[in-house]
Amino acid sequence: MSATATTARTKVDPAVDRPAGRLRVHAWFTPYLFLLPYLALLTTFVLVPAVFGIWVSLHDWDFMLPNKPFIGLQNYVDLFTPDSVTFPEFWNGMKATAIFTVASVPFLVLIPLGIALMLNRVFPARSLLRAMIFAPFVLGIAVVGVLFRYLLDSQFGLINWFLGLFGIPPVGWTQTQPWAWVALVGMTVWWTLGFNAVIYLAGLQGIPRDQYEAAAIDGAGSFARFINVTLPGLRNILVFIITTTVLASANMFGQAYLVTNGGPGDSTRTAIMVMTQEGLRAFKMGSATAMSYLLAICLAVVSVINFMVLREREGGK
Amino acid sequence: MTSTRVEPQPSALAGGASGSVRRRRAYRQERNGPFFWVGIVILALIFVIPLLWMFLTSFRTVEDSRRIPISLIPDQLTLRAYKLLFADEQNPVFTWALNSLMAAVGHAVLVLVVASMAAFALARMKFPGQKVIFGIIIATMFVPGFIFLMPNYLMMDRLGWLDTLIALIVPGAAGAFGVFFLRQFFLAIPRELEESARVDGANSWQIFTRIILPISKPGLVTLGVLAFLGNWNDFIWPIFVLFSPERLTLPAGLSTLQGAYNIDYPVIMAGASVAAIPVLILYVFVQRYVIEGVATSGLKG
Repeated sequence: MSATATTARTKVDPAVDRPAGRLRVHAWFTPYLFLLPYLALLTTFVLVPAVFGIWVSLHDWDFMLPNKPFIGLQNYVDLFTPDSVTFPEFWNGMKATAIFTVASVPFLVLIPLGIALMLNRVFPARSLLRAMIFAPFVLGIAVVGVLFRYLLDSQFGLINWFLGLFGIPPVGWTQTQPWAWVALVGMTVWWTLGFNAVIYLAGLQGIPRDQYEAAAIDGAGSFARFINVTLPGLRNILVFIITTTVLASANMFGQAYLVTNGGPGDSTRTAIMVMTQEGLRAFKMGSATAMSYLLAICLAVVSVINFMVLREREGGK
Repeated sequence: MTSTRVEPQPSALAGGASGSVRRRRAYRQERNGPFFWVGIVILALIFVIPLLWMFLTSFRTVEDSRRIPISLIPDQLTLRAYKLLFADEQNPVFTWALNSLMAAVGHAVLVLVVASMAAFALARMKFPGQKVIFGIIIATMFVPGFIFLMPNYLMMDRLGWLDTLIALIVPGAAGAFGVFFLRQFFLAIPRELEESARVDGANSWQIFTRIILPISKPGLVTLGVLAFLGNWNDFIWPIFVLFSPERLTLPAGLSTLQGAYNIDYPVIMAGASVAAIPVLILYVFVQRYVIEGVATSGLKG
């Protein structure tokens, strides 16, 4: 890049070089023309749907029926009325989503950090290992889902076979609780851990070497260096990882859809499963959109709280 | 490799991966003890074994895949699962693969064209309304995707795009990530390059196609790969907007396959392998870009 820059610069004829002032660069409408295709897509598939969704949620919008009467906030009121049709399913889904999020986030924050610390050391085949750990993430949930369904099979699954080597009797991973949650959290960690680990690695490489050198000279052991140099250096990365991981976990769908099918009972039917069932299988778009907006509001609140808590801690130090 | 380096995004990684870090000199790395090596080996096994098991099972017979206790070494390897899979008219895996490929390539190309044009305007020009437009684009990144599921489904219905590949290619290209990502790239290009071209009489389109795009190749490749992978692996949208067996993509088809071949694990693992192998191969070649793309702008999760 720098090579190109120098050759290009030598081409400039000093006589034509403008004094300080800006070149008459482009017509006023040029930037808008460049933006037009993207803005057209953004308007059609993001801005309009976001508003249209609110409109839909205010109606008894059954996709299959010609009449879609306006019912105001009724869909939202129903979600807070214990004897409505949507109430039990929706809150069951919210509970499942909350359980999954609370159970998975600590692992997805801590394990990748440990792995990033290992991978940040210098050893042969380091990049191969990095590539291996990150590989599952490029696979997508459909492949990972059907693969784990087989690995977790209570009779023919590799995982129970392996546990059997230690004398552990077969576990009904998809049929019993709390094992279904253990299985879903475990496979999610396996699948997405590399993503967070790579972000941590980028952060670790941004911590200046001399800070470690200084700490070492002051006699800090490796644990002290971790607490006093590594963790403070990763603060922003941690905030980022916690926030994105919470949001990703709250979006859980494919794992439960493919591996446990929402079971046992309805215990792993997440909020997204409930709303897609309501809107895209039963075609009751009105109540389904109301659910999705309510979940979005809950997530926004969680994000704000999360942000404030992490901010506070930062200010306190 | 400084040219492939994207400036870290201020919001995401402030104080993070800035500057190039040269490892060597002074402060010696601690020696890697036996615990470290045991940990590394276990880690490697945890990530490799499931994938190997998937490939291996796809070459087994049904009986072999359901033997108790599990036989780690297959008694024979067979192409039965693949033959069955590619001959099955109810579950046309080959067509699914083609659909996936067309959708993912179409999507990646559309993202690159549309996002690079928008990013060029936002990064290299000054115009009224610029801040507002950029603000709106960024704001859309923080809205959870599921709120668009229902309204966009209705939109697809109105446009007559339900059960077509266009439904997979177009709506996702409205995502803000590509614009944001390329804007960071374009911002780093020195102004003199553009000014000298202006002096030579180049118009904006020429500057965009002959100067900005060629030097941004690493960024374009990264974004193209991420867009391809995202589309190839997308699950929730295709399973709802596609219905006909011959219109499905591989991920959507896999869930059908799981239902149809409930107890035939080799066939399901063969289907999973068909979906996994292309992206794993792609990943081997562009791994560095993918990791860098995630590390410097890991906003996708």
